[in-house]
Amino acid sequence: MSAAAPVLEAERPRREAEAPRVGGALPDGEAEIELRGVSKLFKTRDRETLALTGIDLGIRKQEFVTLVGQSGCGKTTMLRILAGLIKPTSGDVTIAGRNLWRGDRRDDDALRKLGLVFQDANLFPWYTVEENIGLPLLLRGVDKRERRNRAHELGELVGLQGFEKALPRELSGGMRQRVAIARALSYSPEILLLDEPFGALDAMTRDKMNMELQRIAGATNATVVLVTHSIAEAVFLADRVVLLSARPGRIRSITQVDKPHPRQLEVTAEPGFQDMVIDLRHQLAEDEERLEREGRGVSE
Amino acid sequence: MSPTMKRFMPWISTAVAVVVMVIIWKLVIAIFDVSEFVLPQPEDAVGGIGDLVRSDGFWSDVRVTLEETLVGFGIALVLGIVLGTLLGRVLWLEQALRPVIVASQVVPKVALIPLFIIWFGFGITSKIITVAMLSFFPILLNVILGVRSVDSGQRDVMRSLNASRWQTFRRLEYPSTLPYILAGMEVGIVFAVVGAVVGEYLGGDQGLGYRIVTSLNNLEAETLFAVILVLTLFGFLLYLAVVALKRFLIPWHDSAIDNTRAST
Repeated sequence: MSAAAPVLEAERPRREAEAPRVGGALPDGEAEIELRGVSKLFKTRDRETLALTGIDLGIRKQEFVTLVGQSGCGKTTMLRILAGLIKPTSGDVTIAGRNLWRGDRRDDDALRKLGLVFQDANLFPWYTVEENIGLPLLLRGVDKRERRNRAHELGELVGLQGFEKALPRELSGGMRQRVAIARALSYSPEILLLDEPFGALDAMTRDKMNMELQRIAGATNATVVLVTHSIAEAVFLADRVVLLSARPGRIRSITQVDKPHPRQLEVTAEPGFQDMVIDLRHQLAEDEERLEREGRGVSE
Repeated sequence: MSPTMKRFMPWISTAVAVVVMVIIWKLVIAIFDVSEFVLPQPEDAVGGIGDLVRSDGFWSDVRVTLEETLVGFGIALVLGIVLGTLLGRVLWLEQALRPVIVASQVVPKVALIPLFIIWFGFGITSKIITVAMLSFFPILLNVILGVRSVDSGQRDVMRSLNASRWQTFRRLEYPSTLPYILAGMEVGIVFAVVGAVVGEYLGGDQGLGYRIVTSLNNLEAETLFAVILVLTLFGFLLYLAVVALKRFLIPWHDSAIDNTRAST
């Protein structure tokens, strides 16, 4: 615990055992995305919350990394920091060698490498599917014909052909998320950041969308960072699973999953896969217990 | 119910309602033996419209009332959008002005019309101000609400795309506030007509509201009814214009979707 957050120390004077902490930094030059010493302190009127502390993580080009952890562990905060939506309180975010933040401004070249998908599709209801997909291009001054061509191309990639002229309210939840993915891909970002993109979908659609996501990631050669609260989903999709522990959010473990992509759903039945899932569940449960001991209910 | 029947239901029910009303009207006259000075026969009232339309100065009265309504409403619209945007964005300003806004809302604004007549004379100006005053508040409140209701997730999208201030306004804030502005206009246009008519009969010598006063003074119930019917049509057409504008500007919005089609 650093001296940077005395309030938190005062809140819990008897910290019995610190959660184990892992550094995820890669050797110099290997990482496409890099977080170095990142922490985030949220201040509200009457309290401060240390959402993340001492995060070191490097992600290789074309790697598929999933972030898991219980709610409140800072996984969404971490993704929003990667996306440049939140400025970290301390530490650096580097995208392909460029610092994401310069003072209070974000580096546009770094931002251009990122495509972002949220839990809600966040489509603009006044635009058709085609116009929603083309929005990022519109903002970057691409002309109409090219936007349409690109929208059709991407519509095909994510399985939306025939719906180009539909309005978002005419689509199902799964279809809307497809539009959101296509929109994130519109200017060919090298990195795709997804925050529980299928969290609001039913289990069957979700499995299907996960298969699609693998295919899309492969077809676009994108580096993918995906936040989820489902460990099975995290292991199924990832090259590496990053498990975060809560209060304060830090990296507890990183698990390598050595199975070639694309993976079929049958993989989930293999013993090696199940061992990983069980181990990660175990770690989460331990973390849960630690929080109980620290009197989570009192500080909440 | 079949879709075609659903489509025609409103027309059928409207016709039925009109017929029922006319029957009750005639029954009341027959049973209570009402004098024609108090309640004319429905056919005489409708016939009164013909006389009214042909009478001297009718169209100039319509034009005056229309001008008051439209100019006043236009002022209310511009002020409502500008102030609403400002108050919706600047939180402390809205908090500081909230007592004033609430106070000016609860004042029965019709009671202020005599003041406007003292200040701005019996001409068209005092009516325009009355119209603007009445239709301003529904527009203002809706715009404040609209500006505040821009979705934070959609804002995140614009932020992640490094959109400029202008792009965020043009592509996100403006279209998402538009339905609120139109909802305010829908209420506002009805108030605007009320303002013009009441303003006219409290002081002035022209307009459809003034016709109400003169036919009352001459005890011409027939003409009175005719003016009321004309005013109803007048307000209805203006309201329809706003609804048409809504369908044109925000066809994507739930409020602009034809219910009969959406439910099938």
